[in-house]
Amino acid sequence: MSNKQTLVVIGNGMVGQNFLVSLMASDIEDNYDVVTFCEEAIPAYDRVHLSEYFAGKSAAELSLVEEGFFENNNITIHLSDKATMIDRENKTVTSEKGKVIAYDKLVLATGSNAFIPPIPGNDRENCIAYRTIDDLDDMKEAAKISKVGAVVGGGLLGLEAAKALQDLDLITHVVQFGPRLMSAQLDDGGAGLLKQKIEELGVSVLVDKNTIKIVDGDECKHKMMFSDGTELETDLILYSAGIRPRDDLAAQSGLKIANRGGVIIDDNCLTSDQDIYAIGECASWNDQTFGLVAPGYAMARTVVNQLAGGDAFFTGADMSTKLKLNGVDVASIGDPHASEPGSLVYTYQNGVEGIYKRLVVSKNNKLLLGAVLVGDASGYPILSQYYLNAIDLPSNPDSLILPARSDASVGLGPDALPASAQVCSCFDVKKGDICSAIEGGCTTLGGLKKETQAGTGCGGCVALLKSVLDCELEKAGFEVNTDICEHFAYTRQDLYNLIMVEEIKTFNELLKKHGSGSGCEICKQTVGNILASYWNEFVLKEEHVGLQDTNDTFLANMQKDGTYSVVPRMTGGEVTPEGLIAIGQIAKKYGLYTKVTGGQRVDMFGARVDQLPLIWQELIDAGFESGHAYGKSLRTVKSCVGSTWCRYGVDDSVGLAVELENRYKGLRSPHKIKFAVSGCTRECAEAQSKDIGIIAVEGGWNLYVCGNGGMKPRHGDLFATNLDKETLIKYIDRVLTFYVQTADRMQRTSVWMENMEGGLDYLQSVIIDDKLNICDKLEDQMQRVVDTYQCEWKTTIADESKVKRFRHFVNSDKHDENIIFVEERGQVRPANIEERELAKAEMA
Amino acid sequence: MSKWVDVCSVDDLQQNSGVCALVDAEQVAIFYMEDKSVYAINNYDPFGKVHVLSRGMIGDIKGEPMVSSPLYKQHFSLKTGICFEDESVNVASYGVRIAGDRVEVNLNGAAQ
Ligand code: SRM
Ligand SMILES: Cc1cc2nc3c(=O)[nH]c(=O)nc-3n(C[C@H](O)[C@H](O)[C@H](O)COP(=O)(O)OP(=O)(O)OC[C@H]3O[C@@H](n4cnc5c(N)ncnc54)[C@H](O)[C@@H]3O)c2cc1C
Ligand code: SF4
Ligand code: FES
Repeated sequence: MSNKQTLVVIGNGMVGQNFLVSLMASDIEDNYDVVTFCEEAIPAYDRVHLSEYFAGKSAAELSLVEEGFFENNNITIHLSDKATMIDRENKTVTSEKGKVIAYDKLVLATGSNAFIPPIPGNDRENCIAYRTIDDLDDMKEAAKISKVGAVVGGGLLGLEAAKALQDLDLITHVVQFGPRLMSAQLDDGGAGLLKQKIEELGVSVLVDKNTIKIVDGDECKHKMMFSDGTELETDLILYSAGIRPRDDLAAQSGLKIANRGGVIIDDNCLTSDQDIYAIGECASWNDQTFGLVAPGYAMARTVVNQLAGGDAFFTGADMSTKLKLNGVDVASIGDPHASEPGSLVYTYQNGVEGIYKRLVVSKNNKLLLGAVLVGDASGYPILSQYYLNAIDLPSNPDSLILPARSDASVGLGPDALPASAQVCSCFDVKKGDICSAIEGGCTTLGGLKKETQAGTGCGGCVALLKSVLDCELEKAGFEVNTDICEHFAYTRQDLYNLIMVEEIKTFNELLKKHGSGSGCEICKQTVGNILASYWNEFVLKEEHVGLQDTNDTFLANMQKDGTYSVVPRMTGGEVTPEGLIAIGQIAKKYGLYTKVTGGQRVDMFGARVDQLPLIWQELIDAGFESGHAYGKSLRTVKSCVGSTWCRYGVDDSVGLAVELENRYKGLRSPHKIKFAVSGCTRECAEAQSKDIGIIAVEGGWNLYVCGNGGMKPRHGDLFATNLDKETLIKYIDRVLTFYVQTADRMQRTSVWMENMEGGLDYLQSVIIDDKLNICDKLEDQMQRVVDTYQCEWKTTIADESKVKRFRHFVNSDKHDENIIFVEERGQVRPANIEERELAKAEMA
Repeated sequence: MSKWVDVCSVDDLQQNSGVCALVDAEQVAIFYMEDKSVYAINNYDPFGKVHVLSRGMIGDIKGEPMVSSPLYKQHFSLKTGICFEDESVNVASYGVRIAGDRVEVNLNGAAQ
């Protein structure tokens, strides 16, 4: 029939799947009919993050397989079917369920088994390995009826398993055969401190314990008996005492097996049979097996390349490791044991802060051979650079592990953040991780995101990420490239000035005069934003549409399931009963989820793109306006109830909040702007955490600027006191316009202030003393924006050609059938992936 | 096997932006560039796992036309559908052309 060859892959684990994905992405995918056997009931999942299963990750979320991957690529996968025999003579693979597949090429990716120590009683009930999702399900079940758990093995994985037991609320013990935790990676000093730290987490650590048998317990289910006569009672036992390559199938078929286990492969990843490759944990290269994913992926790439006739080789892998266990920093580089004759050792120990560092250097004091860091692994990036690249050490290598005694704080810039400061909370990326990626050669924002995942979740940390990057590059002596992107060799401020001075009104004009290429989402958004700040034209005008982020294009915020939220403005958080009723009715009619936001207004979620104009028509009819929740613009002016009702109120905070919100609504700015007005110093509106905060006092209004909640909270600076309303508004006009003109893209006022040379004093001298003689211009510019305000939704709805865009399909009135909701607490929410599949299956 | 399906008129496209068309039950994102060239890829965002790519911003990376996902901002080549951040991920790319004032899509056709 087909002249394709058949490629069989045994094992669909992390490496097997990675191989399939690389193969499908290559040019040779069409050369093969691909069949894969997967012993487990589900296809490949992320074993590295297996422990997150206990922190609430579902099997579906751990999956490494894109929806439709096997179908779309015509790969036949036999789930729950194990390959049991390879007939190399006739080139067939036979499975447990009786399938016989003839192969041309075969890839073994059978991984490892957890090593179960051969102790009598090791197969008692609730004695479980820590390797698969099935194991974890067993653990969960067992934990339900257990109080105490013990992990056999104190290596990297064992400690992770201990954490899992703790997450299951068990009293947790780690039982280590040898004298040290993480014995492969740590020396005595490091291991001793690590033990102390693990114990501080509430896990008991037993070292030098040789379990001789497991028998019935008195208080618990089991009793572990140790050779020194002591014993431990436990209900659940987890084995994490190392791994054994699964080479039995290969061995049966006569492939060469390494003495220490593993199918022997050469640099091409070929086994002793020219048609059979082995990759991942089951393979042994140079008498070495690799218990990490990265080397497995490198082998997978090698095989794809080999099949395509390339000449890539597998060249081994660095086994340095860094472990992050809830507040315990441990890293190990190279050979920490100083096993090379003549090697020298430096140690730094700080009992107060619980830090241990050890360097192993070559006889001539020039090269780093190994390192151990416990308690503070911030030096890992730099040290691994020295190690991996065999860079000459400084003349005093100990300077690399001695603390830098610069207690004088350098301010709050990115440089002053400790390496342990969390920059990205979505992915728990610390400043140290980012620096390490930068050291590793990641010198662009995009590269950093890819490398560390920082900034790829909610995106809220990108500004900070960027300033860490700039700061590190600057420190490393790179010239910091402040170009906003590859299309414009200018900063945002440069572009603003160009637009202002040359009176440029469109992106294309600017691109033609000062840029190159066709632009990207960065420069388009930035320029769109500047044009909107400066000229304040309708953002969906033909020439501006393409410059808007999806949220601005559809004047609503896209949610995770592709639907949108609808946020009408409620100035000062004030809303009439009629308004509330209208919102309620509209939400009910369109089946929207409603929630009171943190910004004192009501958000309606779950609107399909095609419903947006209909919903907004009704909102506008009920007297509402766009809330600009989508724009880089004024969001809300929060208020407290103030002197109108509150017995302590000094002035009418709601009245002022409404007036200010109406004045600045629609103003586009480098990032969003938030205000709050409190009626007295009790500060119920939390004005000091806002970009612009105002508090009523006996003598007038106090103005605070550049506060921030969010990722990195900052209290606003008291800017001026006892102001009358007119002066207050004048100052706000000036501050905001100055911010709009001079800030970087995506820079909140807080960061703008932090980076401003001269800080608060300078800003006051510009705004209050008019030192630069620009205040008239600043005020005029703001007045122009105020005078040209329009409700973008009103303008949009009035224009049929604009409304047309709000259809899901350009050629059909159907809507996206993949948007599915389920009910929760009496309202809708987006279905998760499993629920979506279920619903679709029911519909089909 | 090549089959060109009439989808919409050129006026229905939005220059410098995208629209989504339904072609044989596939959601096809069609992008109309500043230079009037057109590209089509599948509308499914493999990272966000929803059908939204037509609503992403377009432009180029080193001359290669791309769309940036509206959800998590990964970039996809409009020519090949390959993700710039992770080459192992790609979305299907389709043939698309302008014939007179009509826009036609070919699900089996390679992109230009
Ligand atoms: C809806 C809401 C949460 C809620 O249910 O209460 C919300 C929702 C979002 N916030 Fe927020 N924030 C909301 C109040 C807040 C507040 C509280 C406040 O305004 O008083 C803060 C802290 C105050 C501050 O900003 O200083 C807040 C700090 C953030 C941040 C961090 C900003 C920072 O400077 O660190 C982000 C990320 C960003 O903007 O980059 C963010 C981003 C977002 C985004 C835009 C994330 C996204 O891209 O999807 C969410 C949009 C959802 C939507 O569709 O509207 N949201 N967010 C609140 C809407 C308020 C409103 O009526 O407009
Ligand atoms: C809890 C835990 C945490 C980890 N943390 C890290 C980490 O932080 N960093 C890191 O780099 N690595 C880590 N690892 C190791 C990493 O998971 C492995 O290196 C990786 O999974 C190896 O991939 P593989 O495909 O070789 O093996 P596996 O992922 O084990 O896949 C092999 C698959 O083949 C199947 N199989 C075996 N024999 C057959 C047969 N005859 N027929 C059909 N199917 C068969 C198995 O059932 C299995 O599904 C961790 C592992 C665990 C368990
Ligand atoms: S609403 Fe705000 S705090 Fe909540 S998840 Fe979204 S961005 Fe994060
Ligand atoms: S992406 Fe970094 S905090 Fe969300």
